[in-house]
Amino acid sequence: MVQSLDTLQETPSQTAGPYVHIGMIQAHAGMENYYDEELGISPIEEGAKGEVIEITGSVYDGTGWALRDALIESWQPDAMGKFSTQEGADPKVHGYCRFAADSETGEFTLRTIKPGRVGTRHGVMQAPHISLWIVARGINVGLQTRIYFEDEDNSEDLLLSKIEQTPRVQTLIAKKTGEGKYRFDIRLQGENETVFLDI
Amino acid sequence: MSDQGALIARNRNIHPVPYDPGYKTSVPRSPNWALVSMESTASEEFGPRFGHNKLGLYDNNLILNFTRGKAPAVGERILVHGRVVDENNRPVANTLVEVWQANAGGRYRHKKDGYLAPLDPNFGGCGRTLTDENGYYEFLTIRPGAYPWPNRGNDWRPMHIHVSVFGSGFGQRLITQMYFEGDPLINHCPIVATIKDRSQIDRLVAPLDFSKSKPLDFLAYKFDIVLRGRRQTMFENKLEGM
Repeated sequence: MVQSLDTLQETPSQTAGPYVHIGMIQAHAGMENYYDEELGISPIEEGAKGEVIEITGSVYDGTGWALRDALIESWQPDAMGKFSTQEGADPKVHGYCRFAADSETGEFTLRTIKPGRVGTRHGVMQAPHISLWIVARGINVGLQTRIYFEDEDNSEDLLLSKIEQTPRVQTLIAKKTGEGKYRFDIRLQGENETVFLDI
Repeated sequence: MSDQGALIARNRNIHPVPYDPGYKTSVPRSPNWALVSMESTASEEFGPRFGHNKLGLYDNNLILNFTRGKAPAVGERILVHGRVVDENNRPVANTLVEVWQANAGGRYRHKKDGYLAPLDPNFGGCGRTLTDENGYYEFLTIRPGAYPWPNRGNDWRPMHIHVSVFGSGFGQRLITQMYFEGDPLINHCPIVATIKDRSQIDRLVAPLDFSKSKPLDFLAYKFDIVLRGRRQTMFENKLEGM
């Protein structure tokens, strides 16, 4: 035998289930005004510095069917690359948002500002990105991924350069569809499967 | 608690398997490719904060919050309480804990739930609170009922409460389910069984806790939660631009 470690183990995950909206987006479950204030409705307030952008997309399963019950959370820094708890961060950018796929169409929309670049421990700047966390019925552990932008220089990015199969990088890059508008589809399984992360 | 420090890598062996035919919906919703692993960055090490000013008086009281104190929900009155700590056994203070659940008859107040058990006009089914400086949280609620679901021919979910926790970094985000000591349905549930290590399943089962129950009022169950910790080392480069 050996000495025991001082560390604990993380609590195991379980699926968020089909009724996740009751706990996290009450209005979407059909319960308006449950709380005085729902959390995470928008990552920005009026007057946030930077370019306002709108990202739309769907989450597709392995058959190509868009999930109608997915819930997504996003997290990002302000236009200067500072997160909301850091000194000097834009007070109009909270950086956090939670949104659901439409229960009829499966489409989601995230309205935010384009994030700035954030550094790494190794002194490399990361390309602008928004972190996502996806939960739903049938997803046993929440899936982490990132949105990058096709009109940014992504060539030096630490994460993107770690993806061995270069064609898969494209699954993390939002495509520009108009002024300030992007499309970002998430494919859980199969052809063009989105890169999911363990970080 | 510090925002600094790389997150300890997730031990995926304690978590459910993503693909499990026993839980049918996981079949088309689980990635085929391996996850891409990398040391955490500021994007995972920082996370959203929620202040007390966002929360209302009854937010952690599911017996009263749907009617804003006017009328109590029907069912077995219970206190659910516990601590949120990280893998280094440090309390996670001032972090948001959210719960949602069915009513005493197993019916959810959600436009997509068509189960024939009735809604309780005085029960909504969600609550939220912030942990205190010791990582402690509590909710007053009613014990949810078991309910059937369309999976295999005759599957029933055990009594459970969904729990969502934030931590101090976005990479610590966790959603899980709390089960109740002694519920025989736990051993028959395909969602529980997505976790392959029995000792890890046991960690989701809340024991009855008479030390916190209030005589002639409510019983109590204890549910402690562990989030990912941060690596602690004297040999860490500072985050660039932090």
